[in-house]
Amino acid sequence: MDDHHGETPSVELRSVTKRFGDFVAVNDLSLELERGEFFTLLGPSGCGKTTTLRMIAGFEQPTEGHIRIEGEEVAGMPPHKRPTNTVFQSYALFPHLSVEANVAFGLKRKKIAKDEIAERVKAELERVGLAAEANRRPSQLSGGMQQRVALARALVNLPKVLLLDEPLGALDLKLRKELQVELKRIQRDVGITFVYVTHDQEEALTMSDRIAVMNRGRVEQIAAPEQVYDRPATTFVAGFIGVSNLMPATVTGGQEVKLDEGTTISTSTDGFSQGDRCHAVVRPEKLRVETDGNGNGSAELPRVEGTVTSSLYLGTATQIAVDLGEGVRMTVLVPNADEAERQRLPGGGARVALSWEPEHMHLVRESPNGAPAGSTDGASAEDQSQKLETSQGG
Amino acid sequence: MRRRVAPYFLLGPGAAWLLLFFVIPLYYLAKLSLNAGVFGSYEFSWHWENYSDALQLYDTQFVRSFVYAGLATLFALLLAYPLAYTIAFKAGRWRNVFLFAVVAPFFTTYLIRTLAWETILSDQSPVVSVLDFLGLAPEGHVLATGGAVVAGLTYNFLPFMVLPIYASLERIDARLIEAGKDLYASATQTFLRVTLPLSAPGVVAGTLLTFIPASGDYVNAQFLGSASNQMIGNVIQSLYLKQSDYPAAAALSFVLMAAILVLVLIYIRFAGSEALMGEEAV
Repeated sequence: MDDHHGETPSVELRSVTKRFGDFVAVNDLSLELERGEFFTLLGPSGCGKTTTLRMIAGFEQPTEGHIRIEGEEVAGMPPHKRPTNTVFQSYALFPHLSVEANVAFGLKRKKIAKDEIAERVKAELERVGLAAEANRRPSQLSGGMQQRVALARALVNLPKVLLLDEPLGALDLKLRKELQVELKRIQRDVGITFVYVTHDQEEALTMSDRIAVMNRGRVEQIAAPEQVYDRPATTFVAGFIGVSNLMPATVTGGQEVKLDEGTTISTSTDGFSQGDRCHAVVRPEKLRVETDGNGNGSAELPRVEGTVTSSLYLGTATQIAVDLGEGVRMTVLVPNADEAERQRLPGGGARVALSWEPEHMHLVRESPNGAPAGSTDGASAEDQSQKLETSQGG
Repeated sequence: MRRRVAPYFLLGPGAAWLLLFFVIPLYYLAKLSLNAGVFGSYEFSWHWENYSDALQLYDTQFVRSFVYAGLATLFALLLAYPLAYTIAFKAGRWRNVFLFAVVAPFFTTYLIRTLAWETILSDQSPVVSVLDFLGLAPEGHVLATGGAVVAGLTYNFLPFMVLPIYASLERIDARLIEAGKDLYASATQTFLRVTLPLSAPGVVAGTLLTFIPASGDYVNAQFLGSASNQMIGNVIQSLYLKQSDYPAAAALSFVLMAAILVLVLIYIRFAGSEALMGEEAV
């Protein structure tokens, strides 16, 4: 990601702030997107991701800061003069126009020659597999088809940047997964910069080249999906992407942290100084449950002890919740590879030890922008298992 | 079974109402229009001459009615569309206040409002002085002219034009307008290509709700016009109430109904076509 220095970014936001009255929707946001990148703005509702997208499209003007598209300042420029196109959340297809006329709308406004319009519209409809529906009205199409028309209507104009505002939000899970793959394929084919807004972490992890995780108008982390998942920067990112186990700790030395519950673990403490407060994160699938009988060979691994509060069968895995005391709750995900092994898993009330490989533990800072909704402490078992189910694919 | 019966059950009261107050009176009116004889001794005798007489004697009033109603509809549309557009998109929290202002005239009866216009347009009124000053009242008076009748019709039916247009504009998803702008259409182009076609159903409804009652109106011509501005409604009223020529009045009513029906059908055929709905050929 560092090899693009010197090249003009496809989209550049410099210290962009957007206020609606007293409410700060976007706070001092800076981003640089590469050409042809699939970039996702991920965050809970109200985090400012859609406002950011609308500022790039020109529907909102930033209160402060600069927005440049391929080096050209666009702040103050109306949407119809920008080299961007948008795929709207509810598609916003023109109900009074046929599929064909919807797709041709932008090219006509650009005064492209008739023959070329007809040709490009046809090619675009073929790309999204709707050549046969050209003369139908949007209302006669299914949700998935409407979504494709919206995509074709935007892409046919060959924008420099394509903006997508939760484009799959209204579709059912199966269709959503299909279209995720298709969208990613189309994006690679056309090589256009995609800015994708979603609150669905799985969608973000599956499709993006890079993800900006947003919280309360600010960016908490910008990184590739694997980085965001394995090396979250803050407690917010750790909690929002997948299920995280956050153990409060203090940095006690150059390569050492002490968990509040007593265990001292040697780990990388890059970016922290001695005495800093932090959280140690271990993903649920990286934890191992040790009852008295099976702890052999892992004596040197970091471990914590606690009481099992629940055990849920999720099909592909079993999810065990363990209370470490002091309000720290851990979630463990054990794959159901072997039925006999699954039968031996501890039930509610059992005392267990949890261990993990040191490289699977990562230190994160407290989010400067407050805790996410539904973070590990206080989240119900149902919330957690729902999150687990959707995060397994990513 | 129950599910099949329910719709008819729900339609029942409305159907009964129509039968009692529309179909039966219409039947008697049709019969009356074919009566012959003099007042006091009308008799049903398939007297079709009532119809040919009606058309021959009153063709000027027929044409005048449709011209006046057409002009009033046009002026109402020109006034109502920008008004409805402003209320729907620009009024913000004042929206309900404006809507109330549109409907407020209904708190006074139609007759009183038209009589008020008689005063407003009288030769002594300041309104007429201003119009005179601007050269818009050539002979120094407005009352008892065709212009006054058209103005009265426009005023009286304006809310029937504003409300349907407002309703169709208000329903337009703001994202469609954003989509237009996103697809390189300027504000004007977005209005012409997106907003206007999507509000067409409201325009069609509003013009019908204005044109149909305006064609049959007689109150405005009675108070604001002169003998040479009489509409077909005035003729029917006079035949019925003053000359007691019921068969002629009934025949005229039927001719008026038929004429309106034909005009409306032509209009809807045209308005419903793809051309007006904004379809663009690729």
